[in-house]
Amino acid sequence: MLIFEQSRSGRVAAGQVPGKSEVSGIPAELQRKSRPTLPEVSEMQVVRHYTRLSQQNFSIDTQFYPLGSCTMKYNPRICNTLALLPGLAGRHPYAPDSSGQGLLACMYDLQEILKEVTGMRSVSLSPAAGAQGEFAGVAMIRAYHESRGDGGRSEIIVPDAAHGTNPATAVMCGYKVKEIPTKDDGDIDIEALKAAVGPQTAGIMLTNPSTVGVFERKIQEISQIVHEAGGLLYYDGANLNAILGKVRPGDMGFDVIHMNLHKTFSTPHGGGGPGAGPVGVSERLLPFLPIPMVAKEGDHFRWLTEKDCPQTIGRLSAYSGNIGVLLRAYVYARLLGREGMERVAEYATLNANYMMVQLKKAGFDIAYPERRATHEFILTLKRQAKEQNATAMDFAKRLLDYGFHAPTTYFPLLVPECFLIEPTETEAKSELDGFIEAMTKIKHEAEQDVDQLKGAPYSLPSRRLDDVRAARELDLTWKEIEENA
Amino acid sequence: MPFIPHTEQDVKEMLDAIGANSIEDLFDEIPADLRVKGLEKVPTGLNEMAVSRLMRQHAAGDAQGLNFIGAGAYEHHIPAAVWDIATRGEFYSAYTPYQAEASQGTLQVLYEYQTMMASLNGLDVSNASLYDGASALAEAVLMAVRGHRKSKSKRILMPSTVHPAYRAVVTSIVKNQGITIEELPYCSEAGKTLVESLKHFEGEDIAALVIPQPNFFGVMEDVDGLADWAANNNAFSIAVVNPTSLALLKPPGAWGEKGVDIACGEGQPLGIPLSSGGPYFGFMCCKQAHARQLPGRIIGRTVDLDGKPGFALTLQAREQHIRRSKATSNICTNQGLMVTAATIYMALLGAEGLERVGSQSISNTQALANKLCAINGVERVFSGASFQDVVLRLPMPVNQVLEALTEKGLYGGYALGKDYPELNDCISVCATETKTEADLDVYAEALAQVLEV
Repeated sequence: MLIFEQSRSGRVAAGQVPGKSEVSGIPAELQRKSRPTLPEVSEMQVVRHYTRLSQQNFSIDTQFYPLGSCTMKYNPRICNTLALLPGLAGRHPYAPDSSGQGLLACMYDLQEILKEVTGMRSVSLSPAAGAQGEFAGVAMIRAYHESRGDGGRSEIIVPDAAHGTNPATAVMCGYKVKEIPTKDDGDIDIEALKAAVGPQTAGIMLTNPSTVGVFERKIQEISQIVHEAGGLLYYDGANLNAILGKVRPGDMGFDVIHMNLHKTFSTPHGGGGPGAGPVGVSERLLPFLPIPMVAKEGDHFRWLTEKDCPQTIGRLSAYSGNIGVLLRAYVYARLLGREGMERVAEYATLNANYMMVQLKKAGFDIAYPERRATHEFILTLKRQAKEQNATAMDFAKRLLDYGFHAPTTYFPLLVPECFLIEPTETEAKSELDGFIEAMTKIKHEAEQDVDQLKGAPYSLPSRRLDDVRAARELDLTWKEIEENA
Repeated sequence: MPFIPHTEQDVKEMLDAIGANSIEDLFDEIPADLRVKGLEKVPTGLNEMAVSRLMRQHAAGDAQGLNFIGAGAYEHHIPAAVWDIATRGEFYSAYTPYQAEASQGTLQVLYEYQTMMASLNGLDVSNASLYDGASALAEAVLMAVRGHRKSKSKRILMPSTVHPAYRAVVTSIVKNQGITIEELPYCSEAGKTLVESLKHFEGEDIAALVIPQPNFFGVMEDVDGLADWAANNNAFSIAVVNPTSLALLKPPGAWGEKGVDIACGEGQPLGIPLSSGGPYFGFMCCKQAHARQLPGRIIGRTVDLDGKPGFALTLQAREQHIRRSKATSNICTNQGLMVTAATIYMALLGAEGLERVGSQSISNTQALANKLCAINGVERVFSGASFQDVVLRLPMPVNQVLEALTEKGLYGGYALGKDYPELNDCISVCATETKTEADLDVYAEALAQVLEV
């Protein structure tokens, strides 16, 4: 039932709203004539309705959620509690810097921590999400070339396994995309890269460990090839959880990087945002960082703006980025400390390798069986799809019945019928064993009666939904008249 | 170990299964010369008690003053139930609803949100939100250039009464795609954009006209005249609106003869904490005809295998994970948690509640302006009817006044001089429904004292 269907004309949740006051001064022609479709319900109805809806979700707090490339780790409650302290949550973005010294100190410290973790020269916290961090990064690459009078560079190189955001971002920054293939062992095809670079190359966008879940072993050679061609290296930080405290993008030769704090630094995914996508740069991209950034002058902190950074690529959000998310990440970083950060990569990698080995023993095919798993790995159900018509989609839906969120399916696109599995460091061995057991049972079900899989899930609030109808017969808003007709 | 559940026995069993001697062995594919020795500059870990003490110390000195700043972010009362429910783990720690069957809660919230936003804006369709108001405007500009089939233009007309930071963000985001933003002057008496100022663009190919309501000065624009001008000149119209104001003001879908093509704005007033500027959320609505050009996530109602109604992400063929370099945008999330809070906020308030919040904010701001203008040398700058921000001219240097007010424990307003040099002796002030008569008197007395010196 929708909240609108519980509405009754004339009811107001009166405890929450101010008293009536006469409005004067709005010219008649600018006034609203009919009321918007907002429900008229009591406070308790609202609380019950949305509490019940929450219960129809899978979440980290309720289920194992091994969504590859999304780093669904536990979100410590204290991070939320402290980000909502009144002095922090209640501050207006245009309140004077003097009224935000505590906040600014946290943001400055966070910049310093992220610099150290990534090995970059400087960090701006302002991008609101990973995709906006990517945008900032590629825009800086463009600004760099243009500042040197080298504006003729028109291409960004992207591996075929890359996240879809990479090519979409390159286009938003006015570049053409050149795709290069991945070899059978999961590394980039160096010969193809050599053939692809040239005076037209603005840069390359890489994820390392890559989206196929392995460490790019030739990263130093790749860096050399691209730099010699005059291009820059962009690091997509989606998989930073795998290498925290072990190896740093700055040391690998990257010029610019974005981090997904909602992944590596455990800020909540919130049903799809908000995230935070800080960017870090090497020396040569320093002048172009997006504003605002925090500077420390003696004991005083202040926001740097256009005036301080004349070559900046500019502002990406109206105020200072997703401060509330950055605060949660900061609390998390202070809880972990340097020793905790190293453990993140260690146990994330241990969990992934254990799952990979156990699933292989259980009779599943691993996409890159000769390689170490990083924090994630790929399983391909190509054989099951061919022999039993049991697809990755069928396995995914049946896993939901067993109480596990499905891994990422059908990504990366180059591995057929794939699962990208990322357990994260916060899951216990018993949870991983439970997942492996469920996969084994489903495999058995597929061999016995594939139709049982095709009908899954059975035990959730909805069975499989008709996506084709959703796209063809668009129903994007509830309409009172139709419902009552 | 914080947040890591492994016992020594677990680790041993797992390494045995893998066939490795140590966890260190699992990193053997990383070239040895790349390995970092340690993160020396990262402080060592603190326990929860110590971190709490640290953060409480930081927060204790911040934002203690009485706030009279608006300028695009508004301090409204947030009912306790809003964040109590939004931070339930099932909402807070879920991800983008890729597995629809396991995400019906989030999906239904988003569908209800889309219904509320479309209705508030008087338009057919809403997406599931964007980063913030400024980036929503940038995406609306890109959408207009992409979606306007009868125009080949990449020229956008942007009133200078649009929030200065929004204009800066639009430029950052669209400049690399050859789009030009042409700023329109405002009438220095009324504080709004005059339709006459558009005259010299007639007959030219323009992709879109942006129309703010209320504008950055708090003044209400002649939205019918501006929307009609856009329609008559084959340009898209893009509304930038305050969602609270929509309970009282004519919705963008009813502006002029035809209504606007796209409406967007900052969702923060709908139950989102000020939090120094984020996370907020941007909303975006449009006419049905443009639905397939909308960027961002969109939720549709459909049926499941048993014919039971349910919800799913839809129109995904627009998005980057399918279309890659040909996507409508690189955006791959919405601001899910913020929108969950906003949906609960709107459900609690209803149309009546939102009207009361809006009208109370207007009358408080007007009362504040009247009290302040009673002080010698303080005057209203613009004659146009205003919403919940008012621009005032001060008889003393603005920054000096604001600093003195801060020392007296209140944040007195937004200094307009850095964005509008001609208004360097002006501030905009705002008093939402959270301010009492006594609060307004505190401000008036403080300002009188500051100006007496």
